[in-house]
Parts: sequence; C-alpha cells; structure tokens
Amino acid sequence: MRFLKNEKVLNVFLYLFLGIILAMPVLLIVGLLFKSESVLHANSLSDLLFSTEWKPFQGKFGFYSYIYSSVLVTMLALLISVPICLFAAIYLTQYAKSVYLKVIQPVIDILAGIPSIIFGVWGILVIVPLISHYVAPFFGIETAGYSILAGAVVLSVMIIPFILNILLEIFKSISKELPQASIALGATKWQTIKYVILRKAFPGIVSSVVFGMSRAFGETIAVLMVVGNVAQIPKSIFEPGYPLPALIANNYGEMLSIPNYDSALMFASLILLVIVLLFNLAARMLISRYETKI
Amino acid sequence: MQISIALIVLVLSLIVFSIFYRGLPSLTWEMVSQTPKGGYYFGKEGGVLNAIIGSLYLAFGATILALVMGLPVAMLMNIHLRKFKKLVNGVRFLLDLLWGVPSIVYGAFGFSVMIFFGVKTSLLAGIITVSLFILPIMIRAIDEVVRNVPVGLLEASMSLGSNKSQTAFMVYVRQCSSAIVTAIMISFGRAIGDAASVLFTTGYTDSIPTSVMQPSATLPLSIFFQLSSPIQEVQNRAYASAAILTIIILIISVLSRVISNKYNKNKIS
Repeated sequence: MRFLKNEKVLNVFLYLFLGIILAMPVLLIVGLLFKSESVLHANSLSDLLFSTEWKPFQGKFGFYSYIYSSVLVTMLALLISVPICLFAAIYLTQYAKSVYLKVIQPVIDILAGIPSIIFGVWGILVIVPLISHYVAPFFGIETAGYSILAGAVVLSVMIIPFILNILLEIFKSISKELPQASIALGATKWQTIKYVILRKAFPGIVSSVVFGMSRAFGETIAVLMVVGNVAQIPKSIFEPGYPLPALIANNYGEMLSIPNYDSALMFASLILLVIVLLFNLAARMLISRYETKI
Repeated sequence: MQISIALIVLVLSLIVFSIFYRGLPSLTWEMVSQTPKGGYYFGKEGGVLNAIIGSLYLAFGATILALVMGLPVAMLMNIHLRKFKKLVNGVRFLLDLLWGVPSIVYGAFGFSVMIFFGVKTSLLAGIITVSLFILPIMIRAIDEVVRNVPVGLLEASMSLGSNKSQTAFMVYVRQCSSAIVTAIMISFGRAIGDAASVLFTTGYTDSIPTSVMQPSATLPLSIFFQLSSPIQEVQNRAYASAAILTIIILIISVLSRVISNKYNKNKIS
C-alpha cells in the first residue's frame, strides 16, 4: 500500500469523488430541466399540471390524471401500512420480550431487500385474483382486479419495512425515565403509551410516514404491473389508474418518434424528483429538530 | 398488536411461498443453463441464462464502481473532514435526500445523458446509472459505522506516524470490515433487483454480452417481458425466473448475515 504515502495525489481523488456526489442532485435537476424545456415552452405549466388532456400527437400533455392516480395509490398504501407499522412498533418496543425483536429484525430486513419486480409478480399471483374474485364481489362490483386498490396493497407491503425500521429507531430512542415517571404517577400502561410515548414520538412518526410516502410515490415496476394502466380519473379504488412512474416506464421506447414526447416524459421525471425531494426535505427537517430536542 | 406482527411475518412467507409454489415446477436445468433459442417467447426451447449473467455482470460492475467511489468518500467524511462537522452533516443530509430519489428518475436522467452524447443502450451505461443509484446507500451504510469508531484508534494510528489516508485505508477499513461487507451486500441486492433504472439504459438482448458496450438482458426485465406474454408456457417461465431472482436475493441476505458475524470477531470496541 505504498501509494497511500503520497497523500497529495490521493486527496485529489478523494475530493473529486466527494465533488461528484455533491453535484449529483444539482445535475439531476438541471439535466431534467434542460430536457423538459421544450415542452415547458410549448405548454403552460398550469396546463401541464392540471389538464387531463393527453394527446401526444397534438402536442397536448396534461399530467393531471397521472398525478391524481399517483397520489391516490400512495395515500391508500399509507392508509393500509401506517397503522400496521405503528402497532407493530409499539408492540415490539413496549410489550414484547427482546427476543421477538431479534426474530422480527431479519424478517424486516429480508422484506426490505426483496426487489420490486418480485412484489409485482406476487401482486399478480395473489392480490389481483383476490380482489377480482373475493373483495370486489363482496362490494357488488365487477373488476379484473388490476386496480388502484391492487397497486396500493402491493405498495403498502413494500413500504412497511422502511416505515417500521424508522419507527423502531424512534421508539427505542425515547428515554426510559419518561414512561417510568408516568407509571409512577399512576397511569396505566396503555395511558402511558397513548399520552407520553406517542406524544413524544409524534414528529418522528410524521417523518416516518413522509419517508414512506416518498418511497411509495416513486415506486415503478411493482405498481405498473398491477395497477391496470388506464389514463383516467378513477372514480373508485376498484378502477384502474395510471401513476406517473408507470407512464415514464411504459413509454420509453416510443418517445423518440413523437415531437416533444421525450421532453414531456422528462418533465414527468422532474415532477417526480421535485416532489420526492420536497417530501424528504420536510421529513429530514422534522427528524433533525426532534433529535436536537432529546 | 400481535396481529400486526403476525401479518408482517405472514406476508413475507406468503410472498416467498407463492413465488416458489408457481415458479419451482417450471424451474428446470434448461432454464438456468441456456440462452433463449428462436421462438423462445412463443413457448419454444431455451432459458434465461442471458438475463442471469447480464444481471450478475451489471450488479458486480455497479457494486465495484460504487465501492471504489463510496468507500473513500465515507472515510474522507469521518477522518479528513473530521473537524468540519457542519459540512459533513450537510453531506449526510444530501446523501439521505439522494437515497430517496426513485430509481426511475436515475433511469430517465441516464437516458437523457446517453442521448446527449449519442451513446446507445449498453452494459456500461447501465452499470454507471445503477452505481449512481446505489452510491448513497453504500456511503451511508459505511458512514454510519465509521462515525462510531472510537477516536482513540485514529489518535493511536496517527501517533505511530501514519498519515490520514493510511489510517483510513489500512486501519479503519479493517476495523469496519463487517459493515463494509454488509454495505456491499445491500448495494448488490439493490443493483440486481432494480428494474426501473436499467429499463432505459441497459436495453435487452437474447445473447450474453461479450463487451461492456453491448446491451444486456437483466433478470427483472426478463421477468417483466415474459410475464406480459399471453402464452401460459412463457408466463410459467416468468414465475420460474422470479423464483431464481428470489433465491439469489435470499442467498445474499443469508450470506451478509454470516459474513458480518464472522468479521465482527476481530474488532475492538
């Protein structure tokens, strides 16, 4: 390891690598902005964001129905996974023996490591038939199963490990004295959890939800496979939708043949990037404020 | 509350079970040892060896590239820039932001850069895109452990006359070897399983790539394309390919646990 002795040369590389990483977010935004410039020129921003008219051949790109689908799928997924994660985290940190956590941790890690395409295959194998044969008929609706609901269920399973991991960290970081003081004052275990622990952990819980939200918002392949991909404003959760990432992934082949189409899809990626960055920024702010408080 | 725990464990076992239940019956030796022959996508003979090899090339390449860039940065943040706490925390913040960026955005970005330079879809473009995507994961995973190494180790090494780089790459790397291995494994799993970023950049082909400038098939895309076929036979093969990918991921997961336990032994705390 002789080369380590010459620090000057090595440092150039070290700082170069750091520089590349620091430049990444700027590069991402500038690059995508640069590519989406021509569609921004041809259409107004409000038309792009709030119009449902999607006619690439006429140069009309309204992303509203895609954004709507994305938001709907994400919200529904959070609605399913947040309560599960919250209960699981409370149980694991407050009630269960520490052995349980040791058993559950590998399960969470494996779940986090499973590729999204596998979740998609699982969705087609299990969730889609389940919805078309059992859930939808129960409500008296007929559907092929490829729906917003299917996308949301698959997504909710995918984001459970992310949210749960953060929640576990947060509950573990709450000092032992607080619940002890509460119990000493005569509160029951459940009252302590409800009024002391949950209140103390609240900013952390919010930020974990926001993290899950940004993760769900950008998820592509798994959702694309089960959500049906019909560009419309879905009237119920049993109807198919067409989220933004699926739009980008589905049209990558043909986007060069139609003018401004590639630019529009790059604009879609830009929307995705900006929304996710904002979510993440908000969540980080919340969590860092919370960390300094303790 | 116990129900929620049971639900999570149940869902994981259900995923693994349903993939294996549908995939294993069609998983033959032919599947993993042959490339697609003519008419493969209409149910004729062949296998997905091209996708398996392509995915392994891609994941190894991207992981190595990310390690070469990521390890020095993680060390730099904690040893060279130790005194600039605010700067380092800023970098951490930025990396966390990058971690959250969806892979499809990296794919679209990589694609637009490729068009800009007039490069066609190739293994190299895929490797670079995926390595950018796993870089924040790699750095943060290593950094999280390096920052908790006691200062005494740095002081001892410096007082014996070694410079900062020697301390970083000969002392700290050994001390944190288990974390580095874990980081490599996590990044590798990410790289091999991601479909959205390679969709634009790596392309798809039926042959095994012989140079980095050729397009390459990848396992997730192979599953995706086979699954969209209306022919039952081809769909069954998609499930078999999904089983292969699941097996690879499970092996990585177990391996990283075993290795990190093993390396943990020669560590001072």
